[in-house]
Amino acid sequence: MAEDETHPHAPSRKPYFLTFGFLIVMTFVTVVVAKFNLGPLNDIVALGIAVLKGTAVVLFFMHVRHSSNLTKLTVVSGFLWLGFMIFITLSDYWTRGWLDTFASGR
Amino acid sequence: MHSVTGGHARLQHHFDDLDQQREASTFGMWVFLCTEILFFGGLFTAYVIYRQRFHGVFAQASHELNVTLGATNTAVLICSSLTMALSIWAAQIGKRKLTVLFLLITMALGLTFLGIKTVEYSEKGVPFGIDALTHLTKHHLVPGPSFHYPCPPGEPCHPEQAEVFFSLYFCMTGLHALHMVVGVGLLSYLLVPSWRGRFTAEWHNPLECIGLYWHFVDIVWIFLFPLLYLIGAH
Amino acid sequence: MNSTNTPTAPPSGVALDRPSYLHDGYGWKSWLLTKDHKRIAILYLISITAFFALGGIFAMLIRLELLTPEGDLVQAATYNRLFTMHGVIMVFFFLVPSIPATLGNFFVPLMIGAKDLAFPRINLLSWYIYVLGGCFTLWALIHGGVDTGWTFYTPFSTHYSNGYVVSTAIGVFIAGFSSILTGLNFIVTIHRMRAPGMTWFRLPLFIWSHYATSLIMILGTPVIAVTLMMVAVERTLNLGLFDPRLGGDPILFQHLFWFYSHPAVYIMVLPGMGVISELIAAFSRKRVFGYSVVAFSSMGIAVLGFLVWGHHLFLTGESVYAATVFSLLSMLVAVPSAIKVFNWTATLYEGSVSYETPMLYALGFIGLFTIGGLTGVMIATLGIDLHLHDTYFIIAHFHYVMVGGTIMAFMGGLHYWWPKMTGKLYPVFASRLSALLIFVGFNLTFFPQFILGYLGMPRRYWEYPPEFQVWNVLSTAGASVLGVGYVLPLCYFLYSLFYGKQAGANPWGVKGLEWETTSPPPTYNFDYPVVVTEEAYDYAPAARREAHIA
Repeated sequence: MAEDETHPHAPSRKPYFLTFGFLIVMTFVTVVVAKFNLGPLNDIVALGIAVLKGTAVVLFFMHVRHSSNLTKLTVVSGFLWLGFMIFITLSDYWTRGWLDTFASGR
Repeated sequence: MHSVTGGHARLQHHFDDLDQQREASTFGMWVFLCTEILFFGGLFTAYVIYRQRFHGVFAQASHELNVTLGATNTAVLICSSLTMALSIWAAQIGKRKLTVLFLLITMALGLTFLGIKTVEYSEKGVPFGIDALTHLTKHHLVPGPSFHYPCPPGEPCHPEQAEVFFSLYFCMTGLHALHMVVGVGLLSYLLVPSWRGRFTAEWHNPLECIGLYWHFVDIVWIFLFPLLYLIGAH
Repeated sequence: MNSTNTPTAPPSGVALDRPSYLHDGYGWKSWLLTKDHKRIAILYLISITAFFALGGIFAMLIRLELLTPEGDLVQAATYNRLFTMHGVIMVFFFLVPSIPATLGNFFVPLMIGAKDLAFPRINLLSWYIYVLGGCFTLWALIHGGVDTGWTFYTPFSTHYSNGYVVSTAIGVFIAGFSSILTGLNFIVTIHRMRAPGMTWFRLPLFIWSHYATSLIMILGTPVIAVTLMMVAVERTLNLGLFDPRLGGDPILFQHLFWFYSHPAVYIMVLPGMGVISELIAAFSRKRVFGYSVVAFSSMGIAVLGFLVWGHHLFLTGESVYAATVFSLLSMLVAVPSAIKVFNWTATLYEGSVSYETPMLYALGFIGLFTIGGLTGVMIATLGIDLHLHDTYFIIAHFHYVMVGGTIMAFMGGLHYWWPKMTGKLYPVFASRLSALLIFVGFNLTFFPQFILGYLGMPRRYWEYPPEFQVWNVLSTAGASVLGVGYVLPLCYFLYSLFYGKQAGANPWGVKGLEWETTSPPPTYNFDYPVVVTEEAYDYAPAARREAHIA
C-alpha cells in the first residue's frame, strides 16, 4: 500500500481524496445529464454512473481493492443474487403479452 | 503486519490469533452486508417492476421531489464516507483525538442528512413536529386517505399510479433513513473506545466493520438518488 | 481422523479433569447467558420441540375436522386459522431452524475441530431473537391467530383479512433474523475456523450441507423480511404496493414471497441430507460414494434453488414463457438431489450395513424423499400442475419431502448424536418401535393425500364431497399413529437422561472428529490441539463392526 507523505509507515490518504473527488464530480454529472431528454439513454446513463460511484466506494472506501478473493466473491454474489431477483421477475412481466402476439399470427 | 497471539487484550478465547479474529469479523460484516443488499433489493425489485409499468407517471411524479435537496444529501453522504475512511486512517497512525474528531464529523453529516430528509418529508405532508399543521395542508403526497396528486394539466393522469411511486419513495427512503439512524448509533458506540486510544494500527477492526456498514448505507443512497429524484428531471 | 504427534492427547473416553459442557456451571444464568454453542443448541432443541408440539396440535385439529365431509368440528373461519397457524409454526419456527440450530450448532465446530463458532454471542442472540419472534406469533395466536395461509397472499392479507396479520408477520420477520445470524455464523466459521489439515475436501458432508444451507439463509431470508414489512406497511399505513385498486400488483407479492420461500424448502431439506450422508457412511462403515459429487450437489441445489420460484405462480397469469423456463429449471434442480440418492445407495452397496435406529431413519428418508422428489418433478410439469395446483397432491408432495424427508433426518440425527450430546444411551427397543410407527403412520397419513389430490380435492377446504371421505379417514388414522410415534421419543429421551446407560466417547464405533472427544464433550470441545491427517469417513475396506450397544 502506498505510504502517506506526512506520516511514514501509514497508509496513504490519496486514494480517499481522489475517490471523494470522483464521487462529487459524478454526482454533478448525473444531475446535469438528467436535465436533458435522451430517451431510454437517460436511465442507462444514470444507472451506469450510479454503478461507477458504487464501485468506487466498494473498491476504495471499503478497501475491497486490497481484500481477499473471498471478500470480492462475497460482494459479487450479493449483487448477482439481486440481479437474479430483479431480472427474472422482470422477465415474467416483459413476456406476458407474447402469447397473444403469436397466437393471433401477427 | 505482525499479529499478537494469546495475551492480547482484544483476543477472544475461541480464536487462535488476532489475525484470525480480524479476518472472521470483517468477513462476517461483509456477509451481513450481503443480506442488506437483498433486503433493500426487495424494494428495488418492486421499484423496477412498477417503473416499467407506469413509466410516464413515475417520471411525472418524480418531478414533485426536490432535486436540490436530494443532490445536497448525496454530497453530504459522500463527505461522510470520506470522513469515515479518514477516521480509520487516523487510528492507524495512532492519533486518537483525530479519530474521534472524524467520527464526530461523520455523525454530524449523518444527522445533517436526516435533517434534510425531515425537511423533505414535511414538505410532502408527513406530520412532523411544530410545522405539522401548516405543512399538512401544503402538499398531500403521503399515500393514504389524504393523498392528493396534483395532476399536471394537459397530460394523462393516473393518481393511483403516482401513489405507488410515493409509496415506494417513502418506503425506500424511510428504510434508508432507519439504517442511517442505526449507523449514527453504531458510530457513537465507537467514540469512547476511540478516545481511550483502543484503536491502533494493530487493532482497529470495530472501526473497519462499522465503516463498512456506513459506506454500504451510502451506496444504497447512491442508487436511490437517481432512481427516485432524477427520472423526471427533464 | 486422528490427532497426531501430541503427547497430551488422551485416549477416547477417559475421564478428564475438565467438566463436560453440561456440568460446566449450573443455574439459570449459566444457561441463559451461555456462549457455548453446545448449550445454545440445547436451548434451541427445547424451543423447537415446543413449537413442533404446538404445530402438531394444529395438525391434529385439522385432521379431526377432516374426518367427516361436513364442517362440523370448527367453523370455516376457524379452520382457516388452524391451517395457517400450522403452516406458519411448522415452517418458520420448526423446520427452518430445526437441524441447523440444534445439530448444526452443536456439531459444526466439533466436526471442523474448532473450539466454538466464530461469533458465540451472536449465536446466543440468534436464540433470543428466535424466542422473541415466537412470542409475537404466540401473541397473535392467543388473540385468534391469522387466516391467510402461511403464504400471506395479497390482497387478502393486506386488506380483507381480519386476523392478526401484522403481528404474525412481525414474528416471522424477527425469526428470519435469527436464521440470518445462524447462517452468517456458519459461513464465517467454516471458512475461517477449520483445524489445521482440515481442507475443504476432508470436511464431513454434514458441513458441506450446512454451508450450502447458510448461503441460502443469507441470500434469501432478507427478501421475505422486506416483503412481510411491505405487507405490514400496506396494511397499517394504506400504502398501495400490492393493492390493485391503487395500481399495485398482487402477483409481485408472490414473486417476492416465493423468491425466499422456495429456496427456504432447501434450507429445510439440505441439512437433513447432510445428516443422511453421515448416517449412511456410519452404518455402512464406508466412505460416501462420490464424496466430491455429493458436496458439489449441495452447492448446486443452493444455487439452482434460487432460480425456480415461479413454479408456485403457474396459475396466476404468469407469462407462459417465464413459466416454461421455471418448469425446466425446476426439473433441473431435481438432478443434484437425485445424485445424492444414487450416491447414498452406492455407498450401501458392499458396505458393512447395520440397522441401528438412526440407520432405519436414514433408509426411510431415502425412500420417502425419493417419492416426494419425484412427485415434485410431476408438478413442475406445467400441464400437470394445471390440475394439481392447490389440491392435496401438493400437500402430500411437500409433506413427503419435509416430514418424510427433513423430520426423518432430524430424528435420525437425534438418535445418532444423542449419546454424544448427553452422554446417555436410550432404550433400543423403544427407539426402533418409534421409527416403525413414524414410518407406517407417515405413509398412512400422506399417501392417501396423493390420491385425494389426484381425484381433485382442493387444499385449505374445511368441508368436502362425501366421495373423498374414505381417504380422509385413512389419513387421519395415519396421523394418530404418527402422533404416537413422535411422542414416544420425547418419553424415552427424557428417560435416558435420568436412567440411561453411560455412553462412551464412540458408542457406534464410527469415524468423525466429534467421536474423538468425550461424551458429552468438554466446554472447549477438545482437550488437545486438533490436527487432521485423514480423509472424511476413512474406514478401512471391509471394516468390521465394533459397536457395543446392548
